[in-house]
Amino acid sequence: MSATASDQSDAADSGPVLAADGTPLKKSLNRALRAQKLRALALIAPLLIFVLMAFIAPIGDMLFRSVENRIVSNTIPMTARVLEDWDGESDLPPPATFEALYYDLFLAAEARRHTRLGTRLNYEQTGLSSLFRSSGRGVDDVGEDQRDLLEDLDPQWEEAGFWHGLMQGNGDSDRALLLDQRARLAALAGESFQGDIGFTPGEDIVALLPQTAREYTAFALFTVIEDEDVVAEEEPWESVYTALVQDLRTADLSLYSGPGAAELTRAQAALAELPPIDFAAAFEQIDEDWIAPPVWDTIKMYSPDYTTGYFLNAVDMQKTTDGPEMRPEGERIYATLFKRTLFMSLMITFSCILLAYPVAFLLSNLPMRSANMLMILVLLPFWTSLLVRTSAWKIMLQQQGVINDVLVWLGLVGDDARLVMINNQLGTIIAMTHILLPFMILPMYSVMSTIPESYTRAAKSLGATNWTAFWRVYFPQSVPGIGAGSILVFILAIGYYITPEIVGGTTGTFISNRIAYHISSSLNWGLAAALGSILFAVVLVLYWAYDRIVGIDNVKLG
Amino acid sequence: MNGEYRLAYDGGEDAFVAFEHVQKSYDGETLVVKDLNLTMPKGEFLTMLGPSGSGKTTCLMMLAGFETATHGEIKLGGVSINNIPPHKRGIGMVFQNYALFPHMTIAENLAFPLEVRKLGKAEREQKVRRALDMVQMGEFGSRRPAQLSGGQQQRVALARALVFEPELVLMDEPLGALDKQLREHMQFEITNLAHDLGITTVYVTHDQTEALTMSDRVAVFNDGRIQQLAPPDELYEAPGNSFVAQFIGENNTLAGRIKSMRGEDVTVELDTGEIVAAKAVNVTGAGERTLVSIRPERVEIDTEKLGPDAQTIRAEVLEFIYMGDIFRTRLRVAGRDDFIIKTRNSPDQRRLKKGEVISIGWLPRDCRALDA
Ligand SMILES: Nc1ncnc2c1ncn2[C@@H]1O[C@H](COP(=O)(O)OP(=O)(O)O)[C@@H](O)[C@H]1O
Ligand SMILES: [Mg+2]
Repeated sequence: MSATASDQSDAADSGPVLAADGTPLKKSLNRALRAQKLRALALIAPLLIFVLMAFIAPIGDMLFRSVENRIVSNTIPMTARVLEDWDGESDLPPPATFEALYYDLFLAAEARRHTRLGTRLNYEQTGLSSLFRSSGRGVDDVGEDQRDLLEDLDPQWEEAGFWHGLMQGNGDSDRALLLDQRARLAALAGESFQGDIGFTPGEDIVALLPQTAREYTAFALFTVIEDEDVVAEEEPWESVYTALVQDLRTADLSLYSGPGAAELTRAQAALAELPPIDFAAAFEQIDEDWIAPPVWDTIKMYSPDYTTGYFLNAVDMQKTTDGPEMRPEGERIYATLFKRTLFMSLMITFSCILLAYPVAFLLSNLPMRSANMLMILVLLPFWTSLLVRTSAWKIMLQQQGVINDVLVWLGLVGDDARLVMINNQLGTIIAMTHILLPFMILPMYSVMSTIPESYTRAAKSLGATNWTAFWRVYFPQSVPGIGAGSILVFILAIGYYITPEIVGGTTGTFISNRIAYHISSSLNWGLAAALGSILFAVVLVLYWAYDRIVGIDNVKLG
Repeated sequence: MNGEYRLAYDGGEDAFVAFEHVQKSYDGETLVVKDLNLTMPKGEFLTMLGPSGSGKTTCLMMLAGFETATHGEIKLGGVSINNIPPHKRGIGMVFQNYALFPHMTIAENLAFPLEVRKLGKAEREQKVRRALDMVQMGEFGSRRPAQLSGGQQQRVALARALVFEPELVLMDEPLGALDKQLREHMQFEITNLAHDLGITTVYVTHDQTEALTMSDRVAVFNDGRIQQLAPPDELYEAPGNSFVAQFIGENNTLAGRIKSMRGEDVTVELDTGEIVAAKAVNVTGAGERTLVSIRPERVEIDTEKLGPDAQTIRAEVLEFIYMGDIFRTRLRVAGRDDFIIKTRNSPDQRRLKKGEVISIGWLPRDCRALDA
């Protein structure tokens, strides 16, 4: 008995502490804090949402774009699928590839998407852009003989209504095919292909003529939703005829008794007289490049949904059939650009430190009134447009510019030997040092103004000369300000765009100028994203290294 | 205002520290220090006491060399140091916020003055250890200042100021940031150290208790002038003017006019008509306005104890405060409501009641007629 009692009291002791009303203390504390937390959350919510939408999401999108490559499998899905099974050993992929490419390209050309794919693949191999553009026109002619035969045989084949009846059938309809084709078109055109189209493929005909049904369904969807016409009134595309020709070569019509059975039987018999369509030959006729192996290697290499290609490109490498390798010596530009960007950012940071330290020191030691005056001078550049300041430097530094004129006038340099200070690294470093200087001065100043004068006084009273007091006592305490300013300036510099663009010429530009070029001129967003991601990673690595070496707690802004 | 009191130290010839007619202005318009004259012998502990803004720190900084005197001369060991930079003066300093270098350990802080004096490593370590032991901080050499409590930092600051064995040490409100108990303890330690080491010390404070308990002499500052320079007891017992009387300890004042004056003895007619006898301090003659001052503990309610020549006056009890060891009574005397008396809590002491009208008294020599 007594043992039980003591057990119970032990349990009560070690159990959760209870609040006055009997609920566990933890729980009632949490409840009390919840309102507080919610209020805090509500206060930061606007910023949080803003940061998520304007910062985190774009960065995520950028990282994603640098590996995303669905354009190939979206534009020529069937070709991509066939190529997956090709081992790449033979020079050319199997003939089925050309047939798949025909249907893919036909639809893509109708949706005017084939040129985009051409542009994309042109990044990897020049010439593919024009190949795709010309092929978009050329596919119309493939299988022309067979189509003509069909139309001559039976005028019904030119009747939109006949086709509609044939494809709709009388029995059940195949919704799965309709869904598939909706998805195919949506992926291709990048828009939704939803909505009633007044047509569903019949199950029987899908089983009998699978390719024809597929192409007709795609045609029907496109006609209704994109062109806003009525399916039953439009003659099908050439690709539907070609699909029928191909289907009829193998279809067993003996059991079929649905609409158009007679016409189909007659067509099958007549087509047997003609040779089958040779898609490979047809593509060769459109453009000889289609039977050049590198084209197919490239398409196969870039047909997966995700690719390392952009990143390899961004570090001067390329994909080959034997795996990634360095580009030829003459084509390597990005490594040089990255190195230059880092080097120049460091130079700018360093010259900012040199120039800003004395100013910040003076600022923090002057009496209030003069300090405020000087502070206004420091902040003055912020009130002028960045563009104006940069252009001003252009005027100052150019060969017929102010500085050169003064030097010539003073006789320091000859009129025929004017200094080149613009459109090179020197110009960029000078202009950016000036523009980023306030970002170095401000953190330095805010750190220095918290260092009490009594430290240097104490040092001097202990026998230190002015220099020793500064170097041993004041300077170490101002290092956090240098750190904060350096991080700020370096990170701003490494991604700077406008100034190098204006005063950098060709040798003084940064990686960001290249990124901007790919975003606005070459439209190679994937490569731009890969370059941006690498830049981002470099900054993170440097930040990490800084934290390891200097310690991020050693950085303060005041 | 300050006329005839003894400002200069008697042995002025061999003064160790001397301010001679020193003036200081920061802005060229107002004098923060007005004609400062002060001499100190070697080994003295002198405190500058005064309200905030009275120029104490400025004087200290001029002595240390961080401010230049606008006029006059400052001498150390008989030599003018006006043009010697601070680091060559060899004066130890303790700052109010301690000014321990936060990026150095305690031992490094202490080694700093020895390093700049190019002492060898072994000697340096030995001196640092000795100085740390001296303030009982021996085990803390490897810590950083931020890891120490206020009192510990205070000790380290003291050790650092002493480690290079200066002959003169300046301290500017060094105990201002400590709590009362620690402050009292440190007062004791600082005076002991200073006397044991025979260092000359100039100590700045605005706390009169600190000044009275620690110093050999106290210089009371107000308005850029030394109002009185005297040992603590003299300062308390014989304040030279009404500022000092008010500033040091508690004091009752009654305003009036000198009626007659004979040598040191004056009779004063208070504004309410009463006539009191007092001792002249810095009044010059009949007709002059004066403030007579009496310390609360010199007032008796049992006037018979005082003898025949006691001065008595009527008073009404306004408030009786029990404070444990003493009773503090607020009275209305000669029209003033803030007359305080203090009586010891002894077995036979009477406890006064509010509203009671009594007779109080004091000896004329405890009643000092000062400038108004
Ligand atoms: N660096 C300075 N610049 C201008 N005025 C000062 C400066 N330091 C002190 N003062 C002024 O001098 C007067 C005396 O100051 P200070 O010597 O610090 O007084 P204390 O130490 O007795 O409080 C004050 O009125 C103060 O405002
Ligand atoms: Mg002060």
